[in-house]
Amino acid sequence: MLIIDCPWCGKRPEIEFRYGGEAHIARPADPSALSDEEWADFLYNRTNPKGLHAERWRHIHGCGRYFNALRDTVSDFFVTTYKAGEARPEHPRPDVEGSGT
Amino acid sequence: MTNRFRTPSGGRIDRAAPVSFRFDGQTFSGFKGDTLASALIANGVHLVGRSFKYHRPRGFLSAGSDEPNALVNVARDAARSAPNLRATQVEIYQGLKASSQNRWPSLAFDAGAVNDLASPFLPSGFYYKTFMWPAGAWKRFYEPKIRAMAGLGVAPTVPDPDRYTQNYAYCDVLVVGAGPAGLAAALAASENGAKVWLADEQAELGGSLLSETSATIEGMPAAEWLKATLATLAARDNVTLLPRTTAFGYFPHNLIALAERVTEHLAAPGADLPRERLWKLRAKEVVIAAGALERPLVFPDNDRPGVLLADSGRTYLNRYGAKPGERAVVFTACDAGYRAALDLKAGGVTIAAIADLRAEVSGELPARALAAGIDVRPSTVVVGTKGRLRVASAQLAKVKNGQVGPAETIACDVVLMSGGFTPSVHLFSQSRGKLTWDVASGAYLPGTSVERERSAGAARGVYGLQRVLEDGYAQGEAAALASRDFASPARGTTPAPAASSRAFPAVADDLGADGFIGATPHGRNPALAKAFVDWQNDVTSKDIQLATREGMRSIEHVKRYTTTGMATDQGKTSNMNALGIVSEALGESVPKIGLTTFRPPFTPTTFGIFAGEARGDLFDPVRKTAIHDWAAEHGAAFEDVSLWKRAHYFPRAGEGGRMEDMHAAVARECRAVRASVGIFDASTLGKIEVVGPDAAEFMNRIYTNAWAKLEPGRLRYGVMLREDGFVMDDGVVGRLSHDRFHVTTTTGGAPRVLAHMEDYLQTEWPDLDVWLTSTTEQWSVIAVQGPKAREVLRPLLPDIDLSKDAFPHMSVREGSILGVPTRLFSVSFTGELGFEVNVPAEYGRAVWEAIYASGERFGITPYGTETMHVLRAEKGYIIVGQETDGTATPDDVNLGWAVGKAKKDFVGKRSLARAAMSAPDRKQLVGLRTADPKLVLEEGAQIVADPKAPVPVPMLGFVTSSYASAVLGHSIALAVIKGGRARIGQKLSVPMADRVIEVEVVEPVFYDPKGERLNA
Ligand SMILES: [Zn+2]
Repeated sequence: MLIIDCPWCGKRPEIEFRYGGEAHIARPADPSALSDEEWADFLYNRTNPKGLHAERWRHIHGCGRYFNALRDTVSDFFVTTYKAGEARPEHPRPDVEGSGT
Repeated sequence: MTNRFRTPSGGRIDRAAPVSFRFDGQTFSGFKGDTLASALIANGVHLVGRSFKYHRPRGFLSAGSDEPNALVNVARDAARSAPNLRATQVEIYQGLKASSQNRWPSLAFDAGAVNDLASPFLPSGFYYKTFMWPAGAWKRFYEPKIRAMAGLGVAPTVPDPDRYTQNYAYCDVLVVGAGPAGLAAALAASENGAKVWLADEQAELGGSLLSETSATIEGMPAAEWLKATLATLAARDNVTLLPRTTAFGYFPHNLIALAERVTEHLAAPGADLPRERLWKLRAKEVVIAAGALERPLVFPDNDRPGVLLADSGRTYLNRYGAKPGERAVVFTACDAGYRAALDLKAGGVTIAAIADLRAEVSGELPARALAAGIDVRPSTVVVGTKGRLRVASAQLAKVKNGQVGPAETIACDVVLMSGGFTPSVHLFSQSRGKLTWDVASGAYLPGTSVERERSAGAARGVYGLQRVLEDGYAQGEAAALASRDFASPARGTTPAPAASSRAFPAVADDLGADGFIGATPHGRNPALAKAFVDWQNDVTSKDIQLATREGMRSIEHVKRYTTTGMATDQGKTSNMNALGIVSEALGESVPKIGLTTFRPPFTPTTFGIFAGEARGDLFDPVRKTAIHDWAAEHGAAFEDVSLWKRAHYFPRAGEGGRMEDMHAAVARECRAVRASVGIFDASTLGKIEVVGPDAAEFMNRIYTNAWAKLEPGRLRYGVMLREDGFVMDDGVVGRLSHDRFHVTTTTGGAPRVLAHMEDYLQTEWPDLDVWLTSTTEQWSVIAVQGPKAREVLRPLLPDIDLSKDAFPHMSVREGSILGVPTRLFSVSFTGELGFEVNVPAEYGRAVWEAIYASGERFGITPYGTETMHVLRAEKGYIIVGQETDGTATPDDVNLGWAVGKAKKDFVGKRSLARAAMSAPDRKQLVGLRTADPKLVLEEGAQIVADPKAPVPVPMLGFVTSSYASAVLGHSIALAVIKGGRARIGQKLSVPMADRVIEVEVVEPVFYDPKGERLNA
C-alpha cells in the first residue's frame, strides 16, 4: 500500500485516497463553442502514458481535497504531489525513474 | 511407541516434558520443543503423505517452511481443523491430533497410486492435452474426479470459532529472519537508537544457530551466544521480538504483512488470545535476513521416504536429537554433505558412503570425513533408490567422461542429499527489487533495490558464520542510520556493501561455495526413471525436458506447462533445478532462461487472518435510520439498499391469524395511501446542504434546471447529468434562502453526488464561494402521503399554515413540530397530497410516533419501499438506476421539461447537443399494459416487434419496472423502447422462455394523469 503525500495533510496511506483521472484537463470555458470532435476529445481522450503521468487524487477520507500528483506508471510510485491549480512541476530527479517520496 | 531414533542426549528439546500426540489414529510420544516432523522421525516414521499426481509415498524432504511433502491436517475439533500444514512447522502439544492427507483408504495402501503405474500417460501438459474433449466433460467429469484424487487436504465445513486480529504497527527497522545475520542486524540497529522489530517464522529465534553443536561465536558455544544475544535484545525497550511470525508479503512503501501464530502451539489456548494476528507493519527500513535454502539433487527415485536434504538431516539430529536413520548414504555436490555426515556419524548414525558429484574432493570437511574412515567416492552419482514405503538401498555409480558406469547397491535407511544453497530472495523479489545472476556462486542475488530495504547474510550470498554475523551487523547499522532520514529517496539504488563496525570472531565449518543445479546423470532408461524436481506438484526432470522439446523456451512457459514451482511451496526447493534443466536442454545460460516472479504469500496463510474481525455482523457496515427500531417492532420486513436497512413492507396478521405475504401487504398499503394516508421512512435519502453567496450559480451549473429564479420557500425537482449528458442522479431541492439549498439525492447516490459536486467546485470553479456539507445522517425524513396528510399534520404544526394557498405543492417551510425544529416539504413521490417532515435525526422516532398517533383516526398505514415503488410507478415517476442505466438522457425518460434550455451552460449540456443524443430511435420511457391484466411482466424482459423474426430477433427495448397495481386492478409496467413515444398504441411482444406475452405501449402515467390529486 503506497504512502501518498497530501499537499494539505502530509503522508497518508493509499486507502485514504481516491483516484480522479488525468490532471490538467480543464473544462472548456464555453463548451458550446467546441465542435463535436473537440468536445469528444475533451470528454474521452486521455494520454495514458508509460512513465510519468500527471493525475488527480482526492484525499476522500481525510481533508476531502483534490490535488495533483506526478506518478510513474511503470513503477507505480508517486514522484511528487502538488495543489490543484498549480502548474505541473518539473520531474525533481529526471535521471531516476520513480524517485521521490 | 518408543523414541527408538532419539539420541540419548543433546538437542533443544525438553526431555523432562514428554508430550503424547496422535498421527493417523496412532499414539506417539515426543518432547516439548519437537515439531511433528522431528517427533515422528524420532519414532522412525518417515511415510507421511502421498504425492499430488502419482500418489507416490512421501516422507520429509526438509526440516523447515520449504517442506513440499509432509502436509498434514491438524484438528482440535470439527471447526478447528486446519489442512495443509507443514509437519516441519507444527509444534507438538499434549493431545495434538494430526492426520496425513491425499490418501485413500490408508497411507500405506493408497488406491490412487495406480496413477504412478499409469504415469507414461500423465506427461507434462497432460491437463491441456487430455481434457479438451468432449466439450463439457471437463466440468462434469474430469475436474471433479481430478479434484477428488488430487485434493490437497479438506477444509472444515463449519465456521471457524476462533478470533483473528489485525493490527497496524510502525517501526524504524524491521529485521526479517533471526538467524545469525538477523540477530546481528537487530543488535546493530537497536544500538543505533532505532525502534526494531525482529520477526522469525520459527518457534525459536536463532535460525541456523539452533542446529549448531560445534561452532563458537566470540569465544562462546553458538547456543550460549544465542541465549545471551536474545537476552540482550529482549532487555532493550526499543526491540520487539516476534517468533512464530512469518513476513509473508512485501507491499509498496515498506508495508510488510506479518502473520503471527499465537495459539497454534498451545494445548489449551486461553480464551482471551486470538488464534493469529496479522501485523500490517510500516517499516522505515527493512533488513531481509531470510537465509538460504538447501537444494535437493535431482536423481531417480529421489522422492522415496527417507531421502532428505543433508542439512535438514543434520537439523533433526542436532536440534531435535532425532536420528533420521541408522545407516545413511550421502549424495552431495558440496561440502554441506560432509558436514552432515560428520555430525550424524558423531550422533551414532553409520555413514555407508558419500557419493560426491565432484571429481576433485579437497578441503577441510572432506579431509575430516576421510580421516573418520568414511567411504568417500568422488565422481559418483546416485542413480536410484529402492524400498517399498521407505528407502532400503541406494544405487551408486561412477561417472567417467560423462558416462555413467555400472551401479552398486548399498543398503541404507536414509539418503542425505545436498546440491548447495540458494539465497532466499523471495521477499526481495516481492519488493520488486531486481535480481542479478552471480556467476561465481551460480545464484540469483539481490541487485538493485526498489524499496528501502537491504539484504544481509546468506540471503544475499554471504556465507561463513563470521562473515554473515558481520554483514548482518553492518546492514543493521546502515538501516538504522538510513531510517533517521525518512525523506531521502533510496529507490533505484544498490546499497554499498557496508563494513561492520563490530567484529564477531567465530569458528565454524567452512562449507565453501560449490553446488549444482539441474539433474544429475543416471544412464537409466529415461522412460522408467523418475527424478523429481518439484515434489509438491510431482514434476520430474523428464517433464521439464519434454516441455523444452515441445517448444517452451522461457521459464515462465515451462512453469505453466509443467506446473513446476506452482505449488504452495512456490518452488522453494525446485526453481533453481528446473532452471538448470532448461538451461542444459536449450544450451542457454541460466540468466537467459529467466526467473519466475515470487509473489505473496511467502508461505500459505490462513483465510482467517485476512478476514480478521470482518465476519458476521462486522462483515460490512450496516446503516439504520432513527425509525428502524419502530419499524422492526411493528413487524417490518427489511431489504438492503446500499448499506441501509430499509423497511420493505409491513405484513399484518390477516384472516385466521395468517401473516400477509408481500403481495397482500403491498396491496393493502397502496390502497391506504390512495384512499386515506400512509407514513413512510424516507430518511435514507441523500442530503447535501449547499451554502454560500454563489450557491445558486453553483446549482445552475451542476443541475439541468434553472435555479436563479426559484424563490426561497420553494422546492424544485432537480436532474443531474454527467458531463457526457446522461442522467446521473435526481432529487428534490429546497431553497431556504438566497444562499442556502437543501439538496436531496437518491439513497445510493449520495456519496457519488457529493464527490461530483466537490470535483467541479474544487477543480473547475474554485472561484465560486460555496460550501458543501453532507447532512444525510443529520435529518430524519418522515413522508406523510395521501388525501388525509394535511389533517394528520395540522394539529402538530400550529406555527405553519398548511392551507393549500399558504403552502402550495412543492414548497418548504421552516418551523417546529413538538418543539423540534423542522423543514417541512410539501412534496409527493406517490401522486397524492404529501408532505415530508425533516427533523434532526435524534428526534426522528419521537416525531414519527407523534405523527402516527395523530393519524390513527384516519387509519394511518406505515408502508415500505415496495409500496413506494408501486405508487411512483403508477405515476410514471422514474427511479435513477432502474429506469436509467447510465445511457439515458433527460428526454429519454421524459424529463426534457427539467432541462433549462435558456441556460448557457451546465454539466452535460454540450453533450446533449450531439445529434445522436436526440435521435428519434433512442430508447424512450413508455408504459406497457399486458392483455392479461393479472400478468406481471418480468423486469429486464426484452421487447420485440415480431417474435417470429429470424434470429437474431431485433430487440426494441426492455421492461424497467413492473408491478401488480391493486388500486388500478391490473398490472403495470414501465419500459424503455426504441422510438417508444411514437409507438404508443402499438402492440409489441415480450418473448419469455415458455411463451410470448403480448403488450400494448401506453403513456407511462397510469394513475391521475392530470395530477389533480397532488394539489388536493
Ligand atoms: Zn489531505
